[in-house]
Amino acid sequence: MTGWSHYRGVAVGLAAENIDTDQLIPARFMSAPRSAGYGQFLLHDLRGPDFPLDAPEAEGASILIAGRNFGSGSSREAAVYALVDAGYRVVVAPSFGDIFASNAVNNGLLPARTDTAALLAVMPATLIVDLSAQTITGAGLALEFDIDPVWKTKLIKGWDDIDMTASHRAQIDTFAAQRRKQAPWIWDTAEDTTAPGAGTNPAGGR
Amino acid sequence: MRTLFDKLWDAHVVLTREDGASLLWVDRHYVHEGSHHAFAKLAERGLAVAEPALTIGVADHYVPTRRRAGITDPDIARMVATLEGNAATHGLRLFGLADPRQGIVHVTGPEQGLTLPGMLVVCGDSHTSTHGALGAYGFGIGATEVAHVLATQTVWQKKPARMRLSFHGTAAPGVGAKDMALHWIAALGADGARGHAVEYAGPAVRALSVEGRLTLCNLSIEGGARCGMVGPDAVLIDWLRGRPHAPADFDRAAESWADLASDTGAEFDREESIDMGAVAPVVTWGTSPEDALPITGTVPDPARAPEGRAARIAEALEYMGLRPGQKLTDVAVDQVFIGSCTNARIEDLRAAAAVIAGLRAKVPGMVSPGSSLVKAQAEAEGLDRVFTEAGLDWVDSGCSMCVGMNGDLVAPGKRCASSTNRNFRGRQGPGARTHLMSPAMVAAAAVTGHLTDVRPLLQGRA
Repeated sequence: MTGWSHYRGVAVGLAAENIDTDQLIPARFMSAPRSAGYGQFLLHDLRGPDFPLDAPEAEGASILIAGRNFGSGSSREAAVYALVDAGYRVVVAPSFGDIFASNAVNNGLLPARTDTAALLAVMPATLIVDLSAQTITGAGLALEFDIDPVWKTKLIKGWDDIDMTASHRAQIDTFAAQRRKQAPWIWDTAEDTTAPGAGTNPAGGR
Repeated sequence: MRTLFDKLWDAHVVLTREDGASLLWVDRHYVHEGSHHAFAKLAERGLAVAEPALTIGVADHYVPTRRRAGITDPDIARMVATLEGNAATHGLRLFGLADPRQGIVHVTGPEQGLTLPGMLVVCGDSHTSTHGALGAYGFGIGATEVAHVLATQTVWQKKPARMRLSFHGTAAPGVGAKDMALHWIAALGADGARGHAVEYAGPAVRALSVEGRLTLCNLSIEGGARCGMVGPDAVLIDWLRGRPHAPADFDRAAESWADLASDTGAEFDREESIDMGAVAPVVTWGTSPEDALPITGTVPDPARAPEGRAARIAEALEYMGLRPGQKLTDVAVDQVFIGSCTNARIEDLRAAAAVIAGLRAKVPGMVSPGSSLVKAQAEAEGLDRVFTEAGLDWVDSGCSMCVGMNGDLVAPGKRCASSTNRNFRGRQGPGARTHLMSPAMVAAAAVTGHLTDVRPLLQGRA
């Protein structure tokens, strides 16, 4: 993943709250391999006449402005794939589903948190996003946004977690050895056929 | 003095970076057919699964609920086969389609005793919050994180804020865990607990069975919480003892779980409380779980809504085909569904059967047990006949019509009373209209053909 800190692009508004991940990508499309390109599935069932993302002025849009609780719901990373494959680099909303935001950062998509009422009123427009300064400017507006500092660094540097964690291998091994000593049953996952109640249906409730 | 969440967190921190990100050890990692993206990432890098013994596969998201012997849909057959292939390649324990213990991952894991108190549990599914009912730290993760856990048995997290949600008083008859959950989500909002680890507390939570706690914790994510949990107690220990994968030296393990409670005086970042006197059987009317009201209520009127809410209410009503001011009990349903990781355990099926026994459903519907063992148990108790004699379909276990990935869909424009967790637009199929409620309330809707207060129907029953 390549890092970035400054971005200029066309922004488009979706003035709705609770755009959940089922809307971002309906479940029926998620068996496709990523190589199929997920952009075609983005907000699939909301599309229709007058849909803001399909307006001629929104051509090439790469910044999405939305309402509260964007990306709530399921953990499907496919919701982020749909946005990224459709060309989006930034989503701006007053709040995000936690898992969505984390998935976004893992794919280089910035979840910028700020009140969006003023932005939504001037969409579509060209905006400049400065990740280092945490500002969005353009269309006569200048706003600051929030981003978790850990995520900010990760986006700017383009870090990959698996590579980063590899450097901590020794600490993980030490921790695992301690854990195994403290709570050996975590590894002891064999079925116990001698336990009291074995042979009765565990789904029976108590 | 530490909270339960602090203790769970501290016990899993491998290291904390200067910027505040912590690397956490994962005790249980559940994978399902939808985890194919993560396995593909692993294969791309040529990596192995770090801890195959701690990684458990369950076929649930795409599995058919009828005619399982030969899957006709090639896409679905491929999804199930891919999970089997990945489990075989990496040497993972798999509860596959043909396994008599197969079920929905959040039902099967606890049922088998694979999730235990004190564990950190992850899965590429947001309802992993369910496992918190067993005093575990369970949360959903995305595919990149699933790949990371597969490769390293760890996950990067920043510590969430701690919130205690206390339910005071006792539940009135006909009120259960589902009602408590939808009530708090309506009160605080679908993002009300965003960024928080929620500990459910208070006498009404203590009084819940473990299955009720599983329902309550399951819905934590619908209020935006990172995870939800209930401190272990004697009720839980009894429930866990003798489960197939419970620790061989159970008493030693149970002793170590005794400390899994918030210390007296431990500080939470946020405290919220709910008075059980205000909690009635709840149904949703809109397209977010926060759109929930007591069944005695009326459909909200956008014209009377606070500014900023009106547009969303109007849009939701249009999608749902409802009129402002309409009594909720006047809303006719086209079908019903009892199933999902939220409400398809044996107690849920018993509660629904108690309402429906001896009656005919006025609308079609299906009942999909939470696991194949729940199905077997229900059949041993004769519950399957209660449902089929009422005219409902009794089918196999899986995520089914909660998410529709296996083709169990609600048709466009049709209205479904559902024991599931999400009433999002299109969740049960394009154009589907979902009303969330408890399994007993779904049964009540089935026998009357409209949204119904279950309480009068319980008179003289169960």
